[in-house]
Amino acid sequence: MEPQIKGNAPAGVAQKYTLSDRLGSQAQRYGILIALVVLCIVLSIVSDNFLSSRNIINVLRQTSINGILAIGMTFVILTRGIDLSVGSVVALAGVVSASFATTSASGFIPGAPYMPLIPLVIGVLTGVAMGALSGIAVARYAVPAFVATLGMLSAARGLTLIYAGGRPIPALTDGYRWMGTGDIIGIPIPIILFALVFIVSHFVLTRTRFGRHIYAVGGNPHAAKVSGLSVNRIRFCVYLISGALAGIAGMVLAARTGSALPQAGVAYELDAIAAVVIGGTSLAGGVGRVSGTVIGALLIGVMNNGLDLLGVESYYQQVIKGGLIVAAVMLDRSRRTES
Amino acid sequence: MGQLLLEATGFQKAFNGVPALKDGRFSLKAGSVHALCGGNGAGKSTFLKILMGIHLRDAGVLKRNGKEVVFDDPSVALANGISIIEQELSPVPSMSVAENIYLGREPTGFLGCIDFKAMNAQAQELLDGFNFGIRADTLMMDLTVAQTQLVEIAKALSYNAEVIIMDEPTSALGEAEADQLFAAIETLKSHQKGVIYVSHRLSEIFTICDSYTVLRDGSFVEAGTLEDIDKDRLINLIVGRPLVEEFIKENRAQDHDVLRVTDLRADRNVRDVNFTLRKGEILALYGLMGSGRSEIFDRLFGLSDETAGNIMIEGKPIKIDDPKAAIAAGLAYVTEDRKGSGLVLSGDVRENLCLATVDKMSPSGMMNSRAEAAAASGMIDKLKIKTASDRLGVSNLSGGNQQKVVLGKWFLTDPTILLLDEPTRGVDVGAKREIYRVMSDFASKGGSIIMISSETDEVLGMADRVIVMRDGRVAGEVDRAEMSAEKLLHLAA
Repeated sequence: MEPQIKGNAPAGVAQKYTLSDRLGSQAQRYGILIALVVLCIVLSIVSDNFLSSRNIINVLRQTSINGILAIGMTFVILTRGIDLSVGSVVALAGVVSASFATTSASGFIPGAPYMPLIPLVIGVLTGVAMGALSGIAVARYAVPAFVATLGMLSAARGLTLIYAGGRPIPALTDGYRWMGTGDIIGIPIPIILFALVFIVSHFVLTRTRFGRHIYAVGGNPHAAKVSGLSVNRIRFCVYLISGALAGIAGMVLAARTGSALPQAGVAYELDAIAAVVIGGTSLAGGVGRVSGTVIGALLIGVMNNGLDLLGVESYYQQVIKGGLIVAAVMLDRSRRTES
Repeated sequence: MGQLLLEATGFQKAFNGVPALKDGRFSLKAGSVHALCGGNGAGKSTFLKILMGIHLRDAGVLKRNGKEVVFDDPSVALANGISIIEQELSPVPSMSVAENIYLGREPTGFLGCIDFKAMNAQAQELLDGFNFGIRADTLMMDLTVAQTQLVEIAKALSYNAEVIIMDEPTSALGEAEADQLFAAIETLKSHQKGVIYVSHRLSEIFTICDSYTVLRDGSFVEAGTLEDIDKDRLINLIVGRPLVEEFIKENRAQDHDVLRVTDLRADRNVRDVNFTLRKGEILALYGLMGSGRSEIFDRLFGLSDETAGNIMIEGKPIKIDDPKAAIAAGLAYVTEDRKGSGLVLSGDVRENLCLATVDKMSPSGMMNSRAEAAAASGMIDKLKIKTASDRLGVSNLSGGNQQKVVLGKWFLTDPTILLLDEPTRGVDVGAKREIYRVMSDFASKGGSIIMISSETDEVLGMADRVIVMRDGRVAGEVDRAEMSAEKLLHLAA
């Protein structure tokens, strides 16, 4: 027989939260924000121009298009999806909407005698329509998001080239161009749009029923379904949102450039995904915030700007950006496995 | 008994400053099956993970055959003859049984090519040695859950380990497969191996184990041989207070039919299902694995493509083709797979509690966080959910408390009929009792429950009536007065 070992445990080990533990966990939570701040400090030291208000506005304006796309991408990725088509939709929406705002009508191109609001509505609707097609494929026909939107990436680019006849649509009206070049009390319109998109998206995701549904569907689609949520409808809707925001981004880009280029937006989906991932949204779905995405987009923007200011060639910038994306996710992973 | 295979003393481990294990002690002898007992959150999992080399202990001494060892990686533990059968299975479905067993250490022949013939022969020998009745060349995806579990067990045994850890090995097994497992354990014993056995099913522990160690709140409580104690005493040790009666049943079925099901079909060839459910009744669906119990629930809740058959609620025929319609009809469904289809593990307690009532709580489309918080904290109190806050991630809760969150989610929908599929699986005795209390209260207040359970004791303890399923058909119906374990098994097998 085994001996009976009896006894109670000694008093529990005192819980210790050391200061470094606490700093550590905060640093992990705000890691990307801290990285952004540190980068800004370093750049302001090494470059006199960085902190000038002109440069700051410049960075924000450059970031705004990717930022708007990345916010749409956040919705999609939160539901475990991906939208590879946004770059092509940017071009399509730009070209289609610009065709209603150009003074040189020809072929498909109806030309300018429209109220300034018409091209805007058409641009957004173009994005929504493309998003709807991807959404139907994913939600209704269970095509993997990667495949459905890869198809859209190709198809939308083709439609763009067909519609524009392969040529840029030039000579846009002033009203249209205001979207890219105008400002309100000194703040450029793209930045204002970016901010509005952020505020509305943040509100939708954190405060509304729809936002709650998105997190639930991404976190566990089975549990969401059993709990009575319309999983497919929610999946469909996120592609609509991504499409609509790609439409807005496409118009801002065309307006800023002064003409809508059918080759615009190539590979923009990659920067958008990068911003989402750097911002801490999990590709596995259900976890993430648009505020993180905005910081991720800013980090990419500031880095590009800083490297420009320092005179680093754009070829090198791509290498550095690639490293940053992987490093950000590595940091995120090690944090998750530790806790 | 044999020599000391493993001896652990003073194990400590904290996560983010929160101690999970404060004083873990354990010793295992060759030729013995040692039960490691404790409620959810007692520190068992942490203890096992240290033994397996997944976590590194903060303090404590581990001796293997008398020599002090540190396992800083699962491969080190394996090299030291410690192997584990995990609760969560991890097969490669597209590979054969033999390939799964020898994954990563396939026998090779000419030019390093895999010698499939030798591998299949070895695997078959291993499986036959334990009478598992599984062919080594079948694909994993063609096996039942129970067979998959047996293959995992064979895999753990194929390492020729001296110490085998089994963490809830029967949670997916029916009684017949469990018996196969117990026979395998007896074989291991006779080969002078040591088995560490973890299970919430106490009757199993008394069947197969010879000694026990109880942990509670991360600390060692008591160890000894099972011959010297009885079930009540063991429960007492695990929960830390005397437990008067295992089951709570105060409801009484009323003479009023709430649900009537006729000629129902469901997936997996379930057909001709007829039954009624009365107000205030707890009805059990009993049957072996694969007899079609859960398929009936899926069908009732609109999760099946099958639509044949009639469902009447309160005398009115009703069509249920998705969960939304089921919820609107007053049904609630606690699924068998808590993590797979019950909880959103990335969410917090509040979000999970409000998951099925999100729409009700946001009439304008805006979330009303005050209403949500009130609903959540009400449920936390009512079901005694142990959580630091309703904003805590639900993945941090113990199994029993997670199950209460799922129950709470459904109570918030104000259901009249509860479908409970294995409501106490993986739940410790303390929390089990509370779930029984909740069930009894719900039925006493006029609710009706259909419960699926593989534990015969639970069915006998809680059900007013049992419908026994066999091969997708109703094999019989037994009233509480005539219920016995023999009768149920006889009808089911």
